[in-house]
Parts: sequence; structure tokens; C-alpha cells
Amino acid sequence: MPPTTDYAIEAEGLRKRFGTTQALDGVDLRVGQGRVLGVLGPNGAGKTTAVRILATLLRPDAGSARIGGFDVVRDAASVRRTIGLTGQYASVDEDLTGVQNLVLIGRLLDLSGRDARRRAAELLEWFDLAEAGGRRAGTYSGGMRRRLDLAASLVGRPAVVFLDEPTTGLDPAKREDMWTVVRSLVAEGSTVLLTTQYLEEADQLADEITVIDHGRVIAHDTPLGLKRQAGNRTLSVTPADPAQRAQVAELLAAISGEEPVALPAGGSSVPVVDDEAVTAAVAGLAARGVVVGELSLHLPTLDEVFSALTQTGPQPLANDQEVAA
Amino acid sequence: MTTIAERPAPTPVDVAAPAAAGPLRPLRHALALAGRSLVKTARTPEALIDVTIQPVIFLVLFTYIFGGALGGGDRTSYLQYLVPGLLGQSIALAGVSLGVNLNTDISKGVFDRFRSLPISRSAPLVGAVLADVVRYLILFCFLMGFAFLIGFRVQTGPVELLAALGVSMAFALSFCWLSVLVGMLVRTPGAVQGFMFLLVLPLSFGSSVFVDSSTMPGWLQHFVEVNPITHLVGVVRGLLLGGPVASDLAWTGGWIAVFLAVFVPLALRAYNRRA
Repeated sequence: MPPTTDYAIEAEGLRKRFGTTQALDGVDLRVGQGRVLGVLGPNGAGKTTAVRILATLLRPDAGSARIGGFDVVRDAASVRRTIGLTGQYASVDEDLTGVQNLVLIGRLLDLSGRDARRRAAELLEWFDLAEAGGRRAGTYSGGMRRRLDLAASLVGRPAVVFLDEPTTGLDPAKREDMWTVVRSLVAEGSTVLLTTQYLEEADQLADEITVIDHGRVIAHDTPLGLKRQAGNRTLSVTPADPAQRAQVAELLAAISGEEPVALPAGGSSVPVVDDEAVTAAVAGLAARGVVVGELSLHLPTLDEVFSALTQTGPQPLANDQEVAA
Repeated sequence: MTTIAERPAPTPVDVAAPAAAGPLRPLRHALALAGRSLVKTARTPEALIDVTIQPVIFLVLFTYIFGGALGGGDRTSYLQYLVPGLLGQSIALAGVSLGVNLNTDISKGVFDRFRSLPISRSAPLVGAVLADVVRYLILFCFLMGFAFLIGFRVQTGPVELLAALGVSMAFALSFCWLSVLVGMLVRTPGAVQGFMFLLVLPLSFGSSVFVDSSTMPGWLQHFVEVNPITHLVGVVRGLLLGGPVASDLAWTGGWIAVFLAVFVPLALRAYNRRA
């Protein structure tokens, strides 16, 4: 029996060095049962190294990790019974058919031939690959290959699933297919650790996000919390009557303490930090008799948060969260 | 857009109750993985060139171009001498592709999946080696069959022929672990091939495969005398053409033991270390 623990994945102080490169420099990770952790970071941040350690493919130089309570070094065999791994590059066997790929994994997981074939059939059905099941995986499109790869990692119905950049290189429609699969995994009770370079992906799927850069955790929070943490929400107000522009600008300056930026449609925007800013703005506008055309509070996108955290260049604004007036 | 969303998650097959974990479990895994290698071989018949056409080309080249000169004008007697030798050389060369294929598997990430499964770490390597049995069988039958067509005759009997097959197989399955080791140590599949040829060509030519060593310089004769391929070829010659085999058989048995004792653990270690 596995030791009891609240966390499906726990890692403390993971360190790993390759030659002169410190790939991991003390990484802590925690994922509750049935939750999705998004591990976010630029290329070379150490995401894949962390996953490979958690999946028992690499030994850490220092630190420890447990999957479902099993130590990844001392009890690797039990960890391997618990996990499913989908690598960064779809690691299906191109010379085997879809069915053969999945049956092989089933056989290696000690299913009988009959059970292995049945499990393969139901997974192919689920991943919409039933028709392609008899074809060589080498003939599959990129999206089909990823789905087969993911199916292969689910043959043993793992309680913990590692998805290492599962959608890298997929077009947006195929990416959403994968998201659907991840959501249904979670609905079945699996715990998922997902690495990604796509902030939108982490935003969509993850309950919590750990941001890694240069082998260190530089932030850990919920997607919303991360956006809040980066501060600098933007409050924008556009009056219905352009003549009231000056009144709006004056009010916003008073609330924020910063010089307002003029907006093209005759409005103004200021950075705000506290949650009362919107309430204050609405009350102030009402007191001045300003009819509001548009009022919005933009949280920074994860892209902006990420740029701020990793100190890379600014990213284009992708999707705003708006608070309607 | 997609049908994935509309489908309910599949009803579970009871994967929590695997077959009993007996002593046969690692063997079952290795056989499942050997089956994978065989499917791959069947899909790419050109991967069998080194156990079919290539030895035949060597046979034809050496018999018809050099055979007259080397056999003192008697091609047929040289053919008798050559066939056991070529069997030895072809076995050494046929091992090269094993390391190349394993290296390719690793660089493609296929082995990451195997390593994340609760199977013995050595199972993928053992499976690949087991699958090579089929390739060596094809090699033996193809070479012997073609040699028969152009005039080679076994001077002894079917028992000796089977014994020659058995010794060749044992040698092949131990020698190929060198290829596995190189496949684990060298970075790219192409480099594995280059490195293996570098090792195998001196071994196969610096032996009694093509000519008797009596005309070679002394230092080379010493090399030929300890060369494992010389002794394998000696056993096969003795068995197929008639003659003493005891000394060569002892040497060959010794070399097989050395290969297994040295290359297998080194290959497994290199495999486990390879990230």
C-alpha cells in the first residue's frame, strides 16, 4: 500500500547538473490529488529535467521527490506503476501500427493479450484513432501522433500523468483537442503535471502554476493569483460625452496617483493596485455626474506576468479580462 | 470540430490486476519487445540486406575474383574454405545494425516510455538481442543455401551442420552485445555504424576468414591466433568440412564467456546512465 499523503506529487530541493549546466537548482513542486499543475518556463528552464526526475528517468543530484507517496529513487518500481509519461516529442514507434503500439505497452504492463487488445481498442476509440488503428504510426499526422502518444501513457490507467509540452508544434485546433483530453483525465481523478511554454495553455488547464527559470522556481500561484501578483492592473474609463474627458482624467489621477494615459476614444487609463479602485472610480464618476461609455479593469495577461517574472522583453497583449461597467 | 469531447471516458479494463509476477515475467517482457523489433524488421525488409544480399556479394566477389588466385587455380576448393569464413565475417557485420537501431530508438525517445514502465531496465536490450536471433537464422540459411547453389558441399552431415548453426548463434548472440554497448555509448546512429565498422573490419579481415595466416607477418599472426572470429571460423570449418574442432571450440567458448561477462554488464550500465 502506498503511504498516505495529500499530495500526488511532492518534490523538495531538486538539483541536477549536466556538465557545467545547473539544469535544476533547488526546485520544489507540490500537486494535490486530482489537480493540474502547470509548469511554465522558457526553453532550457529545467522543466523537462524536472519531469524526467519525477518519472524516474533521471536521478537527482540532490533533493527528493515522491509520487503518490513513493520515493522516485528508492521506490522507482512503485512510481513506475503509478505514472504515465508523455514526452516532449511524441515517442510512438513509427514502424508499428496504432494498435501494435498500445498492445505492446499493455503487454509490458502485464495485461493478458486479450485485455491488452481490448484496452488498446477503447483508447483508440476515445482518442478518435479507431479507424487509423491499423495503420503505421509513421503515416499519422502530428496531432494523431500526439494523441497516440498520450493514449500510450494511459494504457495502465495511471493515477499521475506527466505531460511534457504535449501541444508543442500543434496547430491551435489540435491544441484544444489535447486540452479536452486533459480535462477528461482530471474528471476521472488523475493528477496531471503539465509543462508548457504556452501561457494560455497553463491558464486554461492548470489549477496552479509553477514558473521555472534557470532551474529555479520563481513563482507559484493560481493563474489568477499570478496575474494579481504582477500587479499593474489597468483601469480604463471612457465617458459617453467626450466633453467630460478632463473630469475623468482628473478623477483617475486622484485614485491612482499616477498621470493618466489618454485613450483614442476620449477616455483615460491609469495603473491601479488595490481592489477598491473600481468602486472608488464608479462612486466618483456618479458624484461628478459623468455618464460612462465604457469602464474596464484589465488584469495583466499571463504573458505579461511571465515577461515580468523572467525579465524577458514585453509580450504583445493577448487576452484581457474585462469588468463591464 | 473534434469528436474527442463528445465521447465519454472508456470503461476500465481491470489493469490493477496484472498477471502473476512470476520468474517468467522479465522473459515475457523481453519477448514482447523482441516482437516489436521483428515487426519493424518485417516492415523494412531492406534492413535484412546485411544478412542476405551482402554476404552473397562477398561470396561471389571472393569466389570468382580472388578464388582462382587464392586457391591456386582451384576455385571450388577455395569456396569450401571461404564459406565458413564468410559466415564468421557476416555474423560480426550483422551485429552492427543492432547498435544502430538501439541508438535510433533512444534518440527518438521510444526508450523513455519503456524506461518509465514497471519492467526490468534490461528488457528493451534483451528483447532487441532476442529478435536478432531471427536475423542470424536468415543469414545462416541464406548464405548456406546460396553457397550450395554455386558448389559448396557440407562434407560431414546434418548433425554437424546443426552444431555449426548452434555455435554460430551462441557466438553471434554474445558478440552482438559489443554492438549494444557501442550503441549506448556513441551519440548518433551514424557514428555507431562508423565505430562498429572500425572494430569489426580489422577483426574479420585479420583472421582466417579469407586466407590462412601462414603468409602474414609474425605480429599479425599473433593477432589472428587470438582473434575470436578465427576460432569461430575454425569450429565451423571443422564441423562442415571435417577436422579437429576441440581447440577452436574451447577458444570460442572462452570468448563467448568473455563477451557476456564484459559487454553485457557494460552495456546495461551505459544504458542506465544514458539520459
